Amino acid sequence: MRQHKLALCKEHYLVWVPEQTERFIKKYDMFSHDERVLVAVSGGKDSLSLWDILVRLGYQADGLYIGLGIDGGIGYSSESQRLSQEFADAHSQTLHVVDVEKEYGQPIPVLAERTHRGFGKPCAVCGLTKRHVMNRIARDLGYDVLATGHNLDDEAAVLFGNTLVWEGSYLLRQGPVLPESPGLARKVKPLCRFYEREMTAYAIARGIEYIYEECPFAEGSTSIYYKEILNQLETARPGAKLTFYLRFLEARRNGLFREDEKAIRNLHPCPNCEQPTSAPGLCSFCRMIEKVDQSEILGE
Amino acid sequence: MAAKLILRDKEYEVRPGMTLLDALKKSNILPESIIATRAGEMILEDEILKDNDVIKLIAVISGG
Repeated sequence: MRQHKLALCKEHYLVWVPEQTERFIKKYDMFSHDERVLVAVSGGKDSLSLWDILVRLGYQADGLYIGLGIDGGIGYSSESQRLSQEFADAHSQTLHVVDVEKEYGQPIPVLAERTHRGFGKPCAVCGLTKRHVMNRIARDLGYDVLATGHNLDDEAAVLFGNTLVWEGSYLLRQGPVLPESPGLARKVKPLCRFYEREMTAYAIARGIEYIYEECPFAEGSTSIYYKEILNQLETARPGAKLTFYLRFLEARRNGLFREDEKAIRNLHPCPNCEQPTSAPGLCSFCRMIEKVDQSEILGE
Repeated sequence: MAAKLILRDKEYEVRPGMTLLDALKKSNILPESIIATRAGEMILEDEILKDNDVIKLIAVISGG
């Protein structure tokens, strides 16, 4: 770990990662041992490692797997669900499963096709659906907090993209904790200060079986492109990604970005699902489902 | 006389005696984007590659 000027053997590395995670959980006031945590699990290295770490640290952490119905010739969703379920069974943990097709009528690729969102790629629909479902399950099942496995590379790539176009409102909301607000569960990212490489090393060293194949729709994505650019920077300047992210958090804390009061005032509960939205009438997710339902009635 | 790096479905032949870091640079692979393993065990960038070494590189980048 060149950015930390630290070299650890396997045994100590497996102690260091949970210790650091605990430090970040406390530093950013994410949650306590008395609270119930819902971990969004995709079957990938980060989310399964996060679940593993939280369980090792003694937190009350259950998993949530969202079946997206993506096949891509490799059975992507079924394989990632199998690995998530195997992890849950092996560690005697509870895994909640939401199947998008069963709950909303169609798998993600069809929802995207029917709604003509995302210019041929279902990533926007997938993100919208996952955010909606994660928040719904966290609130419906009474969890105090929703935890995702976003690592530093994920955060740095999002920050890089939003900075390139000065997306003030997104920059303001990016951080280790998104506090609870009416209709929205608290969201936390306990791995946000670990490099993606560190999390891969943790998963391998712990023997966690995760889905190695990339989502078939992720090929050529902007976020992967940004990660590659940032890795070039990191290779030349060790620590660059961590500094970029931490200095951003510091600048935000010091008031570099200002809340748009008008946008906050315009939030209201969706008349269908009751999750907050700034759009008039139904929220984006319910409008998308309504559009799919109408296209089925019209036989499109 | 060669060592081999394997990344997904690609193979790269490199000269034994060089470090893993140099081998990665010669193969245009960003060290930050992989974890290297030999016989299932992770190895570090300053490891000297030996003749007939087969180094499996695990891609670390994910996301969409």
